[in-house]
Amino acid sequence: MTKNPAKKEQFVKLVLVAFALSSLLFLFLIFIFILFEGLPLFHKVGLKNIIVGSKWAPTKGFFGIYPMIVSSFLVTFGALVIGAPMGLSCAIYLSEYSGKKMKMFLKPALELLAGIPSVVYGFLGVIYIVPLIRNYIGGSGFSLLATSIILGIMILPTIISISFDSLMSVPKTYREGSFAMGATKWQTIYKVVIPAARSGILASFILGMGRAIGETMAVIMIAGNALRIPTSILDPLRTLTGNIALELAYATGDHRLGLFSTGVVLLVIIMILNYVANFGIKRKM
Amino acid sequence: MSMNVKIAIKKLRVAFSKNEVLKSVSVDVYKNTITGFMGPSGSGKSSLISVINRMIDFEEGAHIEGEVHIDGQNILDGGHDAVELRRRIGTVFAVPIPLPRSIYENIAYGPRLRGIRDRIMLHYIVEDGLKKAFLWDEVKDRLSMSALKLSGGQQQRLCLARTLALKPEIILLDEPCSGLDPISTAKIEDALSELKKDITIILVSNNTKQIARITDFSAFFYLGELIEYGTTEKLFTTPSMKKTEDYIQGKFG
Amino acid sequence: MRINPRFTNKFVQLGLNFQAFFTVGILVIIVAIICFKGFPYVNFEFIFAYPEDMGRLGGIFPSIAGTILLALLSILLATPLGVGTAIFLTEYTKESVFTKIIRFGVESLAGIPSILYGLFGFIFFVIKLKMGWSLLAGVLTITIMILPTIIRTSEEAIKAVPRNLRIVSYSLSATKWETVTKVVLPSAIPGILTGIMLSVGRAVGETAAVIFTMGSSLRLPTSLMDSGRTMAVHFYILAREGISMEKAYGTALVLVVSILLINVVAYYLMNKAISKYS
Repeated sequence: MTKNPAKKEQFVKLVLVAFALSSLLFLFLIFIFILFEGLPLFHKVGLKNIIVGSKWAPTKGFFGIYPMIVSSFLVTFGALVIGAPMGLSCAIYLSEYSGKKMKMFLKPALELLAGIPSVVYGFLGVIYIVPLIRNYIGGSGFSLLATSIILGIMILPTIISISFDSLMSVPKTYREGSFAMGATKWQTIYKVVIPAARSGILASFILGMGRAIGETMAVIMIAGNALRIPTSILDPLRTLTGNIALELAYATGDHRLGLFSTGVVLLVIIMILNYVANFGIKRKM
Repeated sequence: MSMNVKIAIKKLRVAFSKNEVLKSVSVDVYKNTITGFMGPSGSGKSSLISVINRMIDFEEGAHIEGEVHIDGQNILDGGHDAVELRRRIGTVFAVPIPLPRSIYENIAYGPRLRGIRDRIMLHYIVEDGLKKAFLWDEVKDRLSMSALKLSGGQQQRLCLARTLALKPEIILLDEPCSGLDPISTAKIEDALSELKKDITIILVSNNTKQIARITDFSAFFYLGELIEYGTTEKLFTTPSMKKTEDYIQGKFG
Repeated sequence: MRINPRFTNKFVQLGLNFQAFFTVGILVIIVAIICFKGFPYVNFEFIFAYPEDMGRLGGIFPSIAGTILLALLSILLATPLGVGTAIFLTEYTKESVFTKIIRFGVESLAGIPSILYGLFGFIFFVIKLKMGWSLLAGVLTITIMILPTIIRTSEEAIKAVPRNLRIVSYSLSATKWETVTKVVLPSAIPGILTGIMLSVGRAVGETAAVIFTMGSSLRLPTSLMDSGRTMAVHFYILAREGISMEKAYGTALVLVVSILLINVVAYYLMNKAISKYS
């Protein structure tokens, strides 16, 4: 028996508010602790020496992560070059060409790609992609190219599902109007549907970028992790995420702080990307 | 016939932002009668009953003035417990809405909320409710079947039985037969005529014939105003307002 | 010269067909490789025996147990938090600045990459709260990481429950909480379970956030303060340090098959949830 329903309701609501606030608390803690550990070094060494410094030798007092910032953007760009056209064409096929049954089968199958752990992608990259590049194209194989290919595949589910949703949300009347004027299916898609879904597609690319730039385990297995800016797509490289993952286990003192500084830079980039993507999606709606 | 007032509505005004749906309405509903509220859509009759059971609390932006007394207590008082109020006032909606569970569990839902756990007691309540709603004979062998599998007419009687299981003093029916066939409608009307011995019933309907058939008193609403109120016999034989006469004769509505 | 639009149309259709099946082909190839290469090494002993010589010999039982413990405990923590948040957002409040801020928080959490969760879990739970590399630190980190998924899927599931059912429940004198627990949640359960299963999949496959919080001890964790190794971490170490390709493939098979099964169950539940109200 409920003794005092009104009081119980008040209590339940209070608990639920606390639960809802927990997400904000966690976000706050993550920011505080990463910034708290990462910012002092910016003060000590200087923002400039970290952001545009090109030498990373944390035990000797060099904390330049410029090559890693450039590398992170390079692999992200590379992933987009490979993943965006593939993902978008899959999304178009799913929303415009496939029948209902095909959709029911293909969509979950494509989303299963997202479930495969990044270590597995990295491993298969090492076993198959890296030797392929080494033997047929050149270099060691651990390279910008290999990383871009693997990341390109890894961001497919993000691009496909968000693009698909935005293509599906284009009203049917738009298509019918275009067909009525004698356009072919492709003309309709190209001239009417894609422009109407533009912002959602763009958002999917940006969120895909966010995934690529934040990806870690697959990257450290295939990127080669060299500490310089790659000059060709066959050169090895080290990303911001890779830098953290490779050294966190044994770093101490200023070295560890340097890794948190790397984290701060990564966090800022991710936040900007997410903000832009959400802004892009919201503007559409 | 000595008449006790069960529900006294006093100068009730309801508005949604600028849109006034009830304009200072006063009605007395008598105990153990069936009172019909009729009027074309937009007349405010549905809003009126959603004030009586305080379901209007769930509508956004409703502004309410005036008083509604049940047994002399103003239910619009800030301190009045709406949950307890709804135990005393049952509601049957226009569309039958069974909960996605068995027939038995639909009816036992309310009593269980009131803390009744005893199986024999619950079974008695379920059987009693179904009998009073004239549904028992059709479902007694399949009480564990999903309520969603019943026909529309059966579902609506299930909703009535579900309401009866709470032993309400008042039942509000908001166009309960609007989607039903004549046979189902007749069964519900028969049930209501039996039920008024113990329960005060308000029947909102657009169907003037139904109002004439089974109500004792009726009120005619138009654009948020009470145009006329009296015994059903008086309203349907010698209405004092032209609007009432036109409505009853089907000239609009 | 203008190309005949009908020709282009046909050509594009073929291309898109090919692309879609090529992409599914990638999935099939990945799964096929893992299955064929791993199958010879997976047997009863591999699953139930303890590893020897850094994992060169023996089985992977502790890492399977570690994975299950991590996923289960994280879900136990994240589910009430996430479902509670979803209930609050959908049932207990109107859209306002406050809900917008909470949604922003949830979206932001969802966007943070796992390595930053690892970094945070490491400094906060492992170092500052002195938990050390432990199951507890791993569980708390993963709980935060999977929370946004559970909140979003639960919210969708709760929103999909017809408003009418709530109205009926209120009219039968239920309080808000009674309505939520007796009508709304039972109807939303398939959708909520989908979110939970997807989160389990994420926890099982996660490496970066786990390795820096739960550590990589090969022993079976017997208390919350013990370090342990999940299958994903074990696989990573076997592969990266070249300890044993055979064991790596075997571990990958168990890992990938579990995740696929978990996801298939999740989609099955999702379809069930969708078909319920349409």
